[in-house]
Amino acid sequence: MTKASQFPPFDAEPKAPQLRQSSGFPAQSPPQRQIFSVGMTGLAFLLGGVALLPLGAILAEIVRQGLAHFSGEVLVSLPAPVGMTGVANGFANAILGTLIMVGIAALLSIPLGVIAAVFLTEFGQDMRLLQVIRFMVVVLSGVPSIVVGVFVYGMIVLATKQFSALAGSVALAVIMLPIIILATESALNLVPLSQRMAAAALGANRMQTTLWVVITAALPGITTGVLLAIARAAGETAPLIFTALFSQNWPEGLNSPTPSLSVLIYNYANSPFIEQNDMAWTAALVLLGLVLTINILARLVMRHRIPLR
Amino acid sequence: MTLLGNSVRRVFATSVVAAALTFSPVLTAIAEALTLNGAGATFPAPLYERYFSEYSRANPPMRVNYQAIGSGGGIRQMIEGTIDFGGSDAAMTDAQMAQVSRGVILVPTAGGAVSIVYNLPGVNNLRLSRAVYPDIFSGRITRWNDPRIAADNPGVNLPDLPIRTAVRADGSGTTFIFSNHLSAISPYFRGRIGSGTAPSWTTNPLQGRGNAGVAAQVARTRGAIGYVEYAYAKQNNLQAALLQNRANEFVAPSLASTEKALATLNFPENFRVFVDDPADGYPIAGLTWVMVYRQYETAEQADAVKKLVRWMLTEGQSINNTLDYTRVPPAVAQRAIEVVNSTVSSR
Amino acid sequence: MANSFKTELQGVRFGLDTGFTWLARASAMVPVVLLVAIGWVIGQQAWPAMQAFGLSFLWGQDWDVGAALFGALPYIYGTLVSAAIALLLAVPVGLSVAILTTESFLPTWVREPVAFLVELIAAIPSVIVGLWGIFVLIPFLMPMQTWLFDHWRWVPLFSTEPYGPGMLTAGVILAIMILPTLAALGRDVLLALPPELRMAAMAVGATRWETIAHVNLPAASAGILGAVTLGLGRALGETMAVTMVIGNSPQISASLLDLGYTIPAVLANQFAEAVDELHLGALMYLALVLFLLTLAVNVVAVLMVRAVGMQTP
Repeated sequence: MTKASQFPPFDAEPKAPQLRQSSGFPAQSPPQRQIFSVGMTGLAFLLGGVALLPLGAILAEIVRQGLAHFSGEVLVSLPAPVGMTGVANGFANAILGTLIMVGIAALLSIPLGVIAAVFLTEFGQDMRLLQVIRFMVVVLSGVPSIVVGVFVYGMIVLATKQFSALAGSVALAVIMLPIIILATESALNLVPLSQRMAAAALGANRMQTTLWVVITAALPGITTGVLLAIARAAGETAPLIFTALFSQNWPEGLNSPTPSLSVLIYNYANSPFIEQNDMAWTAALVLLGLVLTINILARLVMRHRIPLR
Repeated sequence: MTLLGNSVRRVFATSVVAAALTFSPVLTAIAEALTLNGAGATFPAPLYERYFSEYSRANPPMRVNYQAIGSGGGIRQMIEGTIDFGGSDAAMTDAQMAQVSRGVILVPTAGGAVSIVYNLPGVNNLRLSRAVYPDIFSGRITRWNDPRIAADNPGVNLPDLPIRTAVRADGSGTTFIFSNHLSAISPYFRGRIGSGTAPSWTTNPLQGRGNAGVAAQVARTRGAIGYVEYAYAKQNNLQAALLQNRANEFVAPSLASTEKALATLNFPENFRVFVDDPADGYPIAGLTWVMVYRQYETAEQADAVKKLVRWMLTEGQSINNTLDYTRVPPAVAQRAIEVVNSTVSSR
Repeated sequence: MANSFKTELQGVRFGLDTGFTWLARASAMVPVVLLVAIGWVIGQQAWPAMQAFGLSFLWGQDWDVGAALFGALPYIYGTLVSAAIALLLAVPVGLSVAILTTESFLPTWVREPVAFLVELIAAIPSVIVGLWGIFVLIPFLMPMQTWLFDHWRWVPLFSTEPYGPGMLTAGVILAIMILPTLAALGRDVLLALPPELRMAAMAVGATRWETIAHVNLPAASAGILGAVTLGLGRALGETMAVTMVIGNSPQISASLLDLGYTIPAVLANQFAEAVDELHLGALMYLALVLFLLTLAVNVVAVLMVRAVGMQTP
């Protein structure tokens, strides 16, 4: 409040009482209005503080519990059977599995999403069709991730007769796709028309204009969207429990059950064994570190806010 | 599934497979060491984890992956053909076996006790009589200081707390063994709840996924009572109640008392046998099976399965007792190995 | 936009260009195809249960796998009630954050990071929120729940002895998870208001809070409602964190301290093991209900946000 004077004209509290007569607001006595102001300010700050509590509490707990059992060993070892002492315990396979599945999901969804967004902003002629597609994309982004998992189980796991990294990747790609399309679309829309005009004037066709001018100009925005989608996919559990399942071993190609950090945390959080609970926290620390790094990176790439989910 | 459904699905799947294969030739090139993928019962999961960890160490290129998704899940995925072998402690019914076109063989691997675990700080060795514990799980006894529980436990200071039952959220062989026994000793339980892998509970219980989930719910909730495989109770230091058996003795779950309960078991041709109320020993006990197909895609898979079954029923059995599971009687094990060796084949 | 933009050249380039256009068109159809396929696959598998139970599935209360009798009401109830608790808790907090980060109560160097931190909550994977819920939030809320039961048990909402996990705990977890959606979108909507509105209110002598309460919030109400609806959509579909803290008991209890179950949670727990055709059908029917529910909520949200877009060009 001390710096309020720096932000005219929104900060001025009316001081002159005679203004009240001309005001269209219900005639209240000054103390009531002051109480309202002070009360609301207090309430807003209180609730704002409440909003920051869970984040602080979650981060603090994960760092505290996660670091307690963190060592280089967990990053390079396989999960040990319960009750076996003296065996290296870790979740290296889950880290690798997450990276593989998110990587493939990115390979599937990024080109598709970016090109689809190009169609929406650059090529589409029929406005009604565009609106329908855009609307479908928004709806797709709201489909619960567990429903996506059930869908991919029906489509791929049953057809190929196995739980696989591939099925998990496709499920993650379905979740990433609308995020990438929406982010790319808004990034492309920010590229001024004049740049397209200039490219065209130099004799570029639509593909050249799009690839070399528009997408290049929108690259920071697209990157942000892609990174956010990757971060989101890395943390997803529900689409993986029926598709990639899990495995105690190293990932073995795309056609076999594949471990992931998120499913490991889910399994171990529900475990009654203390050592597995501890490992869940450590895995949470690693996963959160990964996801938050990507997220913050995304914000740094472009300081332009895009809704996260 | 309609024909159209399947073909659309296959086209979709193949196109995705094709796309992924072109994208990542490197990944598929990662060594194809022969791996058997299994899933199912959580009851023997601690045992199987040990089995397969030791097995791969002893037989280097072979690997076995087992996911504890519940007996119901094991049976479903066997029927769908998404796994190479399943685990279940509610043996498949004839109707379920008929749904598996490749045929199924049940192989008993171990026996174990289902212990009733509870969370009452300060109360050790709770005793529950045959009339009491079915009534707890059917909702006729709802508070810990109920006079009937007190009568079983003279001198114990039982708290004035509501009883929180905890059961399985998923279809479970442990639930089957448990509800089968309760139905056998209590007509009221049989009438209200009955036996099955996912009976309809009347006490609005807490539900956890897998034996681990129930154990976790009990461990975290004061006044909770649930049922888990004995190994889960023991390894997690949960209090397990002493139960009154048919000989009217109060028996704690242990390897010895479970072996006593299962001692008189007669294994039929298909190895499917249940104990609903043993004459002696700990009263709630059951067997667990792996389910293997009669037919596999490749000869390598069929051989791998045979080799694995032989190992589990011979060398593997020595691990059973260290984790408090009973062993399969050697004669039965031998018979099972022979059946698997002679029937499992490839296309 | 450059929709009417045409500068085709002749020859190879032209062919390449046309090919690229078609590729783009095909890519744009993928989300549409996916959405239809999701609805179709689920609908097809739900068909046996739809035939067996019809619409009465929606208000049936039994869920008995053995007797092949299925009703969805306890799951629908749990899904809606936990989401409602979440909204009730998250809306005032989210609005406060939106107001604090758009008004000048705090200097910009505080406001921006605060907005960023709140949005960061959305980045935390839900399984991690669930893990935290089990081991930190449940023990933390337990004394409060016991207190509510001890002193307010005559109120039906608090009439059962708390377990720890339950409907209220799930609501709190969901509130935390949708908070960033509400705060971020609320902030966007408030920032989009034309500054003239505020100036006019101030000019006639309104205090800051009178301006917010009587001018800004009403003007932004459609957009805020849109944000709330999007938050609702997220709360309805959230799976992992909820199944970890709600207790998974299909019952309809007036008490918020009692256990509950939601549609996503029962899918996560039972989908992989439903052998019986009717059981699987019932689960798919539930998935369909959830799909349609979130679809409807999202449609409403999109329309509302779009309406705001029109208002504030």
